[in-house]
Amino acid sequence: MTDKQLRVSKIENGTVIDHVHGGQALNVLAILGIDGSGGEQVSIGMNVPSETLATKDVVKVEGRELSQDEVDVLSLIAPDATINIVRDYDVVEKHRVDRPENVTGVLSCPNHNCITNADEPVETRFAVLRDGVRCEFCGQIVREDIANHIGGE
Amino acid sequence: MRHDHLLTANQLTREDIELVLDRAAEVDANPASFGQRHAGTLLGLCFFEPSTRTKMSFEAAMKRLGGDVVDMGSIESSSVKKGESLADTVRVVEGYTDALVLRHPLMGAAKMASEFVDVPLVNAGDGAGHHPTQTLLDLYTVRENAGLDDLTIGIMGDLKYGRTVHSLATALTNFDATQHFVSPESLKLPRSVRYDLHEAGATVREHTDLEEVLPQLDVLYVTRIQRERFPDENEYHRIAGEYQIDAETLEAASDDLTVMHPLPRVDEIAPEIDDTDYARYFEQAHNGVPVRMALLDLLLEDSA
Ligand SMILES: [Zn+2]
Repeated sequence: MTDKQLRVSKIENGTVIDHVHGGQALNVLAILGIDGSGGEQVSIGMNVPSETLATKDVVKVEGRELSQDEVDVLSLIAPDATINIVRDYDVVEKHRVDRPENVTGVLSCPNHNCITNADEPVETRFAVLRDGVRCEFCGQIVREDIANHIGGE
Repeated sequence: MRHDHLLTANQLTREDIELVLDRAAEVDANPASFGQRHAGTLLGLCFFEPSTRTKMSFEAAMKRLGGDVVDMGSIESSSVKKGESLADTVRVVEGYTDALVLRHPLMGAAKMASEFVDVPLVNAGDGAGHHPTQTLLDLYTVRENAGLDDLTIGIMGDLKYGRTVHSLATALTNFDATQHFVSPESLKLPRSVRYDLHEAGATVREHTDLEEVLPQLDVLYVTRIQRERFPDENEYHRIAGEYQIDAETLEAASDDLTVMHPLPRVDEIAPEIDDTDYARYFEQAHNGVPVRMALLDLLLEDSA
């Protein structure tokens, strides 16, 4: 089976997120807020051999075309990801993830004294820096292990 | 001002700062001409943690502009005690008043609250975050005594947790100022502040010993090192002692040195310095009123 077949063969309509760094597939789903409860058919390939990355993960979401805004958030944990929009078994669009200016509601702030961790009706918001993210409320900078902070309220 | 709210010192440009300080100088020069400027205006004071001094200063400022204040009172007697969110509290109080002053123990509280209200909101301290009106009165005091450009300033004490220091250091990046940070190793500037200063292209130098820089300083800004920052009582006394100044310390200083402190002090500055020309910390505290008058005047003028 060729690399191309492995990527797209099993999906009729939807999105294939390819070239995700090995081990990040579940974080990709967490960021996208996909946990299966929406009824989407999701398949994951983990640690698949790759020409450009040592190993990569592949995530396929059947029946849902992800928008650029949705996938740009993935750049935080999967900067090399490519997004394939599939219709009728064909890749009709292919794009890369761009770093967004900020991310809303995806990450939680590690600062326990931050207002976003109190019981307030506010979504978290982080500015995206060159090498990390920064809470727009308390100013806390997160550089390492951003994936550990997925799950903002 | 171009801003609806005053939330952090970071948001302030040089023009903003000069606008407020110039207006404060006008207030200082002719307080009577501001006396009825905001007659009938009500300022809401929402203090979620006690800070009598800051509250009094805002109250004095509003009343000297001809207006009045309504005070949420202590948290114990308010709806907060019943579990009301901050977002709800400010939305209710905004209906009673023309502007709000908020002090809250959590970082980012003022920014969040500002997103729920239409009246001007002033951050009077959000935990370890920001206290921008303190910064403005600090800048005013520096300007009056030493000038803000071609300035060499030493900032000493607890640089890790001291929000006064963080706001001041960030605001000074708008001016031609060389900043020397003097602190024990364990209380150096935190990463987020270092990041801001670096991004702003500031000239920053760090020291553990005041002697290294004292002779070249125009201003020495002293802050308190708190007992609770150290696990051990003896270690606290040993380390804090190295960052206290007295007449002997200042023998090495320039005659024109200005010594500042956000007050209250404990023993960082020996009382014998109070009567010297170096001491400007009481003047600094008094500047809180004209500076807050100037700020409220500008915010209210724009929202009117
Ligand atoms: Zn935060």
